[in-house]
Amino acid sequence: MIKAVQKPIDEILSYLDTYSKILLSGCGACVTVCHSGGEKEVALLASSLKMARNKMGKNLDIMEITPARQCEPEFALELAGMVEGVDAILSLSCGVGVQTLARNFNNAMIFPGVNTVFMGETVTHGAWEERCQACGNCILERTGGVCPIARCAKQLLNGPCGGSSKGKCEIKEDTDCAWQLIYDRLKSLGQLQKLQEIIPAKNWGTESRDKGPRKIVREDLKI
Amino acid sequence: MFDPKIVAFCCEQSGIPAAEMCKSLKLEVYANLEIVPVPCAGRMETIFLLKALERGADGVLIFACHEENCQYLRGNVRAKSRLLYARNMLETIGLEKGRLEICNLATNSGVKFIEVLNDMVEQLRKMGPNPCPSSEVVKECVNDKSRSKTN
Repeated sequence: MIKAVQKPIDEILSYLDTYSKILLSGCGACVTVCHSGGEKEVALLASSLKMARNKMGKNLDIMEITPARQCEPEFALELAGMVEGVDAILSLSCGVGVQTLARNFNNAMIFPGVNTVFMGETVTHGAWEERCQACGNCILERTGGVCPIARCAKQLLNGPCGGSSKGKCEIKEDTDCAWQLIYDRLKSLGQLQKLQEIIPAKNWGTESRDKGPRKIVREDLKI
Repeated sequence: MFDPKIVAFCCEQSGIPAAEMCKSLKLEVYANLEIVPVPCAGRMETIFLLKALERGADGVLIFACHEENCQYLRGNVRAKSRLLYARNMLETIGLEKGRLEICNLATNSGVKFIEVLNDMVEQLRKMGPNPCPSSEVVKECVNDKSRSKTN
């Protein structure tokens, strides 16, 4: 799922400096799971913002809502009744959800309240790690289910590099070498011969966003 | 002298019995105190701490069981984590983190309950009134004062 972290409150306060009534919208999907923009975080941020503004002597009226998924127009439109009468919307959704609101509410100022960071996995309570970069052509079948694009600092397709030491990456002591993980995994699966196959360079030009924003169209699903 | 408003979230396994022991020992309990019983300190949500301050408390205390002695295993540890998180939030908006405190005690710690409470009162007196209560709460307070004057 998409992972995000809340922006510093000073930065958020600077966005809202000239406004006195805002709608604070969370999202019930990815940012709820990583505790940066769910219903609880909406309440905490609203309380903090109100106190910070009261301390400045500038009252801030905040309405709160957390649709199930802000990146889906059907759910985003739940905000419609509340957008009227507010000066701006502060969204704790990922960048996708912010843009869904921008597309659907032409006349509303919309500010992001989180920084969208990566697509990742919950490794333990309170810790998330990057796992996918949406490269557009998955090679996990060749690497034992460990992605070298997302998890190798050099994105090597045929690793490891000389910086791998005792299973760790040279960039950080606590970062696992992706190619060590791939080796260990293939060994446990009895498929080490896969490492003898050279993985060809990825065709970033056609598979990735070098050709601009990507799009998926399913004609059969269109209404 | 400034008498800070204190909200105390008390675990029903420790904080509440300790508060009741104060009565049986006939100890004088600080007057501007609102006790909120919770079944376990782990029931505390971070938002409870912020809401108490937002709605006019000058300080918030959590009375929880001693660590390793929670009936629900880790409720007191969770409460402490949430309090530390809320303290960080306070710092980001320029409020003193000492407005939020936690105390681990036992059912028979009536004297400790009073001591911690009195220490908190002194600490809050040094900090001064909470500068952040919502304007509606301030209006309510002003109206209450004007009503009491007319009465």
